[in-house]
Amino acid sequence: MRWDWLPTYFPFLVHGLLVTLLILVFSVVVGFILAVPIGLAQVTGSLATRSFAKAFCNYIRGTPLLTQIWLLYYGVGSLFPLIPGLRENFMWLIRLDAIYYVLLAFTLSFAGYEAEIMRGAFLSVPRGELEAARAFGMSPWKVTSRVWFPRAVLQVLPTLTGEVIGQLKSTPLAFTVPVMDLMGATSKIRQDTYIIYEPLIFLALIYMVLTFIITRAFGYLERLIPTRR
Amino acid sequence: MIFAVAAPLSELLSFGDQGYGDEMFWGAVKSVEIAFFAYAFGLFLGLFGAVGKLSGGPILKMVLEGYTTIVRAVPELVLILLLYYAGTDGINGLLKLVGQNPIEVNGLVAAILVLGFVQGAYSTEVLRAAIQAVPLGQIEAAKAYGMSAFGQFRRIVLPAMLPNAIPGLANLWLNVTKDSALISVVGFTELALATRQAAGVSKQYFVLYLVAQAIYLSISLSSTFLFARLERFVRRGQPKLA
Repeated sequence: MRWDWLPTYFPFLVHGLLVTLLILVFSVVVGFILAVPIGLAQVTGSLATRSFAKAFCNYIRGTPLLTQIWLLYYGVGSLFPLIPGLRENFMWLIRLDAIYYVLLAFTLSFAGYEAEIMRGAFLSVPRGELEAARAFGMSPWKVTSRVWFPRAVLQVLPTLTGEVIGQLKSTPLAFTVPVMDLMGATSKIRQDTYIIYEPLIFLALIYMVLTFIITRAFGYLERLIPTRR
Repeated sequence: MIFAVAAPLSELLSFGDQGYGDEMFWGAVKSVEIAFFAYAFGLFLGLFGAVGKLSGGPILKMVLEGYTTIVRAVPELVLILLLYYAGTDGINGLLKLVGQNPIEVNGLVAAILVLGFVQGAYSTEVLRAAIQAVPLGQIEAAKAYGMSAFGQFRRIVLPAMLPNAIPGLANLWLNVTKDSALISVVGFTELALATRQAAGVSKQYFVLYLVAQAIYLSISLSSTFLFARLERFVRRGQPKLA
């Protein structure tokens, strides 16, 4: 076992950790915000929005995240220079860093998985409560914001831990397009030093610690929510 | 402009020297092959893992607990890289010990074993939970009839736990078809890497990646359909819920 590379590359790994955490936090927060309307659309929307939301969820959940990232970065990225006028006026769009594509791909992925869960949660809110809210004369918007949405979110929270850990465990896929996350930093170390195993083992340990922290933090949050059993 | 690129699609996907249809087709076959055998290997490990976790000795239980906890806490991609290199190195190390020349480990077999080992940890948990949900009275009744341990498992536990296990096992199958794409990272040419190579040569990134996504999606959707039928079959004779 050789660990002499660790002090040299430590700042490098810290930077990678920050990139990984950025991907995780951004995609979970924005993805969850997107998931609520997508989940709601599947339950109440018109036929068009319902089938669109359903198709989006099926696509996200039915294809590997790896190829979703490649489709966005290599596929969609390669289309931008073909659009006339874009090259002259929007050079920034063509030169867009890989991290933006990765953030988009991870956010859409989390939204797709979470929307499916939100759909189930919206459906499982007892009909009587919604009818009672309507009987009080609440507008559809008020029924949703005061009764339907809060009740659905409380049901989703316990499953959120597993979803966030699942998302954390997908983050190393970002290194397959040029992004220097934890995984990217680790593979750079392996290429520079020709050490095969130690950086990977260290990486596995970091991920285990992160998983542990997330489990604990969400467990604490869950206990803050008053529930009656 | 975008559609001008997509126009010669039939040519792009033709079988033969000009098109990439054959490369992607065989890539898809390899993906399904990896997924299928890894899933089977994972189920095999999972069955032993579940039985060991429920009725093994304290040391076996501890080992299995470590296996499922570590494998499920570390990203699949990291595990695949670690096990792929460690596995091939380990085999060659053993061969060296017995005085044999190192061999080139078959990429397909290595991919199957590595993915299957990861799947095994998830299968263990799914099967353990499903077995635990079988009412104890049924197992006691089987014992009272004088059934052997194997007879109890085959006639009582297995049919009673399958309805609980099928949804979880269906999820695992969908996961392993998607995780097979991760094998591309160690340089094995399955669907994802075949697409990447074809796209790199033809520069038709967008179209070819879309086609690959369509193939993955059709695998997922047809699997979902088949598992729904399987679940209806194992739930036959059960009262309808609500």
